[in-house]
Amino acid sequence: MKRSNAPIFWSLFGAGGVLSALLAPVLVYITGIGASTGAGMPQSALAYPRVLAFAQNLGGKAVLFFVIALFLWHAAHRIYHCLHDFGVHPGLTTKLMLYGSALAGTVAAAVLLLTIGL
Amino acid sequence: MTRLPYVRPMQGWWRRNPYYVRYMLMETTSVIVGLYAGILLVGVWRLSQGQAAYEAWLAALRQPWAVAFHGFMLLAMLYHAYTWWKVLPKTLPLIHVGGKPVPGLLLSAAGWTATLVISAAVYAAVRWWGL
Repeated sequence: MKRSNAPIFWSLFGAGGVLSALLAPVLVYITGIGASTGAGMPQSALAYPRVLAFAQNLGGKAVLFFVIALFLWHAAHRIYHCLHDFGVHPGLTTKLMLYGSALAGTVAAAVLLLTIGL
Repeated sequence: MTRLPYVRPMQGWWRRNPYYVRYMLMETTSVIVGLYAGILLVGVWRLSQGQAAYEAWLAALRQPWAVAFHGFMLLAMLYHAYTWWKVLPKTLPLIHVGGKPVPGLLLSAAGWTATLVISAAVYAAVRWWGL
């Protein structure tokens, strides 16, 4: 019997779900509300030298990579299954497009973080 | 004479019951999670292009509509976190401690606590670390 690939996608979905349940609210607040309006933190919190130093740090790179990649895999998997609930019955093309964009985003994040260097 | 089989209409099935509306709301938060990952990815891309490009990304985030949209995304993310931990006991195998199953509410509460503690730690780190 051919092994199913479902556990891989489900695990990525689950990991992204846990990570986003832990981090997404505070991150959206920081990047989209706190640091952009100065509500609750100075606008300099996301100043270029600070964020560059974070992205040049190995730990910082790992955080950015896993947040972006796992959020994307979580979204792709859940949207794919949700389409069925909305009465849209996605075929292989939709599946490839959704998981493909998660893969493309993952590769892009890795390449960009490597470009930023240490 | 052949009769057509009865097919129950499924159009708008989830709008008939508030439980299913909440279910669909929970599932659609994934669109926001994906969008936000896209916004961060663009940020990393602009960061890799240098200071001017990165600051243009920051300026876009400061637009009033962008702030309003992040407010909406924050609500969606909070709902995602709330529902994710709420269904956690249903997605895990039963955990036994001392021969007794751990109540689901306790597991959910552990998740909500983890979100609170980690949010506070991240906020403190961004707010005070090296500023």
